[in-house]
Amino acid sequence: MAKMDKLLRGILLTAACFIIVLTAGIVYGLVSQSWDAFASFGFFRFIASTEWDSRNDIYGALPFIAGTVMTAVLAILFCIPFSLSVSLFNGEYFRNKKLSLFVSSVVDLLAGVPSIVFGLWGFYTLRPVLVDLGLSQQGFGVLLASIVLAVMIIPYASSLSAEFIAMVPNDLKEGAYSLGATNLEVIQRVSLPVAGSGIFASYILAFGRALGETMAVTMLIGNTNNIPRNLADTGNTMASIIANQFGEAGGLKLSALMVIGLLLFFITASVNFIAKYIMKLVNR
Amino acid sequence: MENTINTGYILELKEVSVSYTPGKYAVDKVNARIAPNTVTAIMGPSGCGKSTLLHAINRLHELYPGISTTGEILLKGENIFRMNPMKVRRLAGMVFQRPNPFPTMSISGNVLAGYKLNNISLNKKEKGLIVERSLRSVNLWDEVKDVLNKKGTFLSGGQQQRLCIARALALKPELLLMDEPTSALDPISTSRIEDLILELKKEYTIIIVTHNMSQAARISDNAMFMYLGKLVEYGTTRQMFTKPENKRTEDYLTGSFG
Repeated sequence: MAKMDKLLRGILLTAACFIIVLTAGIVYGLVSQSWDAFASFGFFRFIASTEWDSRNDIYGALPFIAGTVMTAVLAILFCIPFSLSVSLFNGEYFRNKKLSLFVSSVVDLLAGVPSIVFGLWGFYTLRPVLVDLGLSQQGFGVLLASIVLAVMIIPYASSLSAEFIAMVPNDLKEGAYSLGATNLEVIQRVSLPVAGSGIFASYILAFGRALGETMAVTMLIGNTNNIPRNLADTGNTMASIIANQFGEAGGLKLSALMVIGLLLFFITASVNFIAKYIMKLVNR
Repeated sequence: MENTINTGYILELKEVSVSYTPGKYAVDKVNARIAPNTVTAIMGPSGCGKSTLLHAINRLHELYPGISTTGEILLKGENIFRMNPMKVRRLAGMVFQRPNPFPTMSISGNVLAGYKLNNISLNKKEKGLIVERSLRSVNLWDEVKDVLNKKGTFLSGGQQQRLCIARALALKPELLLMDEPTSALDPISTSRIEDLILELKKEYTIIIVTHNMSQAARISDNAMFMYLGKLVEYGTTRQMFTKPENKRTEDYLTGSFG
């Protein structure tokens, strides 16, 4: 028995170490291949430059950083009203009711839909709508990408916030009701403030998803290498420029893409870390 | 108001029943009348329906679908089931088993929570007066007057419970309902709350659910003994503890069961 225990421990330890080595390997691969671009442009010049010129081999990442931040921020803004209502619905008003279980399974279903399907839907269903509404000439661009992104991150934002709302202790809510509060007042003054940091963390996590989302955004954003000037404008995100150009890139251009990949890795990692840290504080 | 003068009772329970599942009564046809400025203890073994009865008095059961309350409860002669539930809950303040100050609010915010939750706006002077008056009435003012803007959850358990009492009193209720308010507290905090209850009796009418028989003996004027949802015996505390009328009450009080 003791022998089996030792063996199992060995296997588990190896598996755990393997994950660490793997992650380190990814970072190493990205860093080592980024080196050329770092050497040629310097880190700060690279992220501040708007040029992406394959003929003269000059690269800068600012348009893509801008595109990424714009689409992710807009997606969060678009998603808040819907996801917050869903989480209040599931976490407070209809908690543990049949309807709420149905709604939350639909939301979970949404989370499982492959990105490419959202992309297709955005391209063939939503894009013509934007054109018809006169919001954009071709339909492509930051607005279209952000709307689809918003739909994609609703499940992440809402299911986690619903859990935090449901976690608000019953005795606090009863305390508020016993002072003569209405449902709405309890939500406003007790449930939302108490669950506040947890909800905030859920949105940061959803923001992290939006930053890194690739397929649907690549299909919808229009893929131009400029800083988007307005919502109808086209652009590229860090993820979509990599998806678009990695196949035919080599030399310095590939190295520049690697830098963008490395940046995206660290940005999403830190956003996730911040969200997890807030949740840890909440749970204490 | 006229009814108050007529009957002299602040609260009358008429055939009050509460059921969680149809046909099964957690509280079964309870009749009782409670005089103003008294402390009434509700005693009985776990599951006898004493907390359920208390919660019926401020219509807290209505938050949970499936619980049905029947009968009449008259607060100062007015049937509470014909009043706005928010108003009932303001008139019948509730203190819970575990102190439950709102963690996102300061000490003074907690005292004023009832006003804030009901969207009653107060000016700064009124707020100050209510906070001081309420905290003084629970003997907490001297301990917290310099830290009013700190979170209520920083206080000790006993202080938190007194804060919760102050929060209920801030709304000037007619009745104070207390659901085993000292069961989560240490002996010193418990005795402070008991002293407080005796003081508050001068201005308020208090109904307290308690597991603790010696507590009931110390602080209550009248006592109810409940068993299996029924009000078995209701009389003065002195009489119940010296010569109970019912055999079950006697068995419970002498520790034969419960």
